[in-house]
Amino acid sequence: MLEIRSLSKSFGGVKATDNVTLDFADGSLTAVIGPNGAGKSTFFNLITGALRPDSGQILLNGVDMAGRSPPEIVRHGIGRAFQVASIFPSLTVQETMLAAVCADQRRASVLHRRFPLAETRDRAEHAMELLGLASKRNRIAATLSHGDQKLLDIALALVLDPKVLLLDEPTAGMGTEERWRMIDKVRELWETQKITVVFIEHDMDIVFKIAPEIVVLCYGRILATGTPDAIRRNEAVIDAYLGTEHHAGAAV
Amino acid sequence: MTELQAEQAAVVPRIESQSQRSRYIDVLIALAAFAVLAILPMLTGSKALLDFVIRCSAFGLFATSLNLLVGFTGLVSFGHGMFFGLGAYGFGLIMQRTGLPVPVAFVATLVITTLIAAVIGAICVRLKEIYFAFVTLAFQMLIHSTILSWVSLTGGDQGLRGGIPRPAFFGIDLSNHVHLYITSCALLVIGLLLMRQIAQSPFGYTLRMIRDNATRASFIGIDVWRAKLTIFVLAALFASTGGIIMALFVSGAYPEFAYWTISGEGIFINMLGGVTTFLGPMVGTVLLLILNDTVTRLTEYYGIVLGIVILFFAIGLRKGLMDFVVEWYARRRDGSGK
Repeated sequence: MLEIRSLSKSFGGVKATDNVTLDFADGSLTAVIGPNGAGKSTFFNLITGALRPDSGQILLNGVDMAGRSPPEIVRHGIGRAFQVASIFPSLTVQETMLAAVCADQRRASVLHRRFPLAETRDRAEHAMELLGLASKRNRIAATLSHGDQKLLDIALALVLDPKVLLLDEPTAGMGTEERWRMIDKVRELWETQKITVVFIEHDMDIVFKIAPEIVVLCYGRILATGTPDAIRRNEAVIDAYLGTEHHAGAAV
Repeated sequence: MTELQAEQAAVVPRIESQSQRSRYIDVLIALAAFAVLAILPMLTGSKALLDFVIRCSAFGLFATSLNLLVGFTGLVSFGHGMFFGLGAYGFGLIMQRTGLPVPVAFVATLVITTLIAAVIGAICVRLKEIYFAFVTLAFQMLIHSTILSWVSLTGGDQGLRGGIPRPAFFGIDLSNHVHLYITSCALLVIGLLLMRQIAQSPFGYTLRMIRDNATRASFIGIDVWRAKLTIFVLAALFASTGGIIMALFVSGAYPEFAYWTISGEGIFINMLGGVTTFLGPMVGTVLLLILNDTVTRLTEYYGIVLGIVILFFAIGLRKGLMDFVVEWYARRRDGSGK
């Protein structure tokens, strides 16, 4: 279980994350939404160690992650994919996966053997199959389509067997059809892998369709949490973010 | 079994066995190269040619080790030459002042280099890009200034004078020109083989990930600082070995060995030969030394000619010679494949 307790982060006078307290149950699927500048990415950066919080706790199964380095946090089981696909452009898909498993198995510093190691094979294969990248195993990552690069980014997080997977706008920069394909894939991963998934998304149609739980951030604070129906009806959320298009009446 | 699964089952073991087999192929190539180099003195009486190969060994180890930083890790060091100088001075001083056997002095020099590289690296690898480049350069100039000013130890601007004692060991007499030549070749081949192993190991792929995207590497659990420091120290060891060969060759050590121009030559060699292939720096070394030896005989304007050559590679080919050859070969192969 991922528990966030009174998490705060300021940049100068700007409170990017302001006393946020949240629980993410094991195996839950939660969307984090909010207007630009609401502090969604900062929230992810704090959880994954890219930023050090000013105060508060990030408890993963009772162990505080706050202030730890990204490698430490990854080893505890929090993986992430980025808004802009963050990959290794010169490596092939397969090399990327094999090298990532090497890192997870603490074999990234092995000097006396040749790459790839046999014991990294199965997990790398499994991740490529899950994300539909097995047929592109020999493609250089830089030559993949935008959508496949995003999938590779997710595969990189998933191959580490995380307990919690954070996806920062998995559909960013995609066309309509590609967006739905990606989000179906995210939902499929959540259902088959039984892991906790938290994702940031701007497309409200996607959010309301697939997320059982929604967190709304605004100016670094939690504006609301709840089910899609509850969020649709929340006046504060309608005023601050949704407008009238997505409220409950419009949906009906 | 689906068609895709069958393909995977076939492809992955093949890749694995290929990679493991490649280690033995590398060893065979190294042995063959050493054999060719070893019989060279029997085929030719040219002392100049043997001298040329010894210099190639020294600078080849230095330049290839620099490529472990530049090409494989994305760490552009402007001060890598300091370890070449440290190797030469460390070995020379130990031999002059302690009279230890050559192998012991060799190991002691590498230990000293490891300690100094670990301290300098711990500071430098925290920095990024141009800051890393200039701080390594600053450390190089610090070491060069120390060599110049600590006259009682280093001989100052005159260097280590009086020659380096080279007592025979295991039947090898390094004051014998052919023995020195064979030893240099052996050090070159072993050094290249070890660096090749580093490049093709899981650690080598960790370095490639750091070069491509250090931030992402840290988010898959890689301790980027530790990996950079490790390769910084390993590269220093091979550069130091190059310096030891040079000290043995000239029977002394001079401040120029630790001057920034040595680092500049290392960068130049990598630009000439290319950084995307393992043997690029070795090819660059041979090219530079040939250029050096021929151009200086023909004209006193050596720098101008080298500048034009750099411009040709940087602006004309936009890559090193081996990079160009490999790309050309790949295009030709793909073309004929179609």
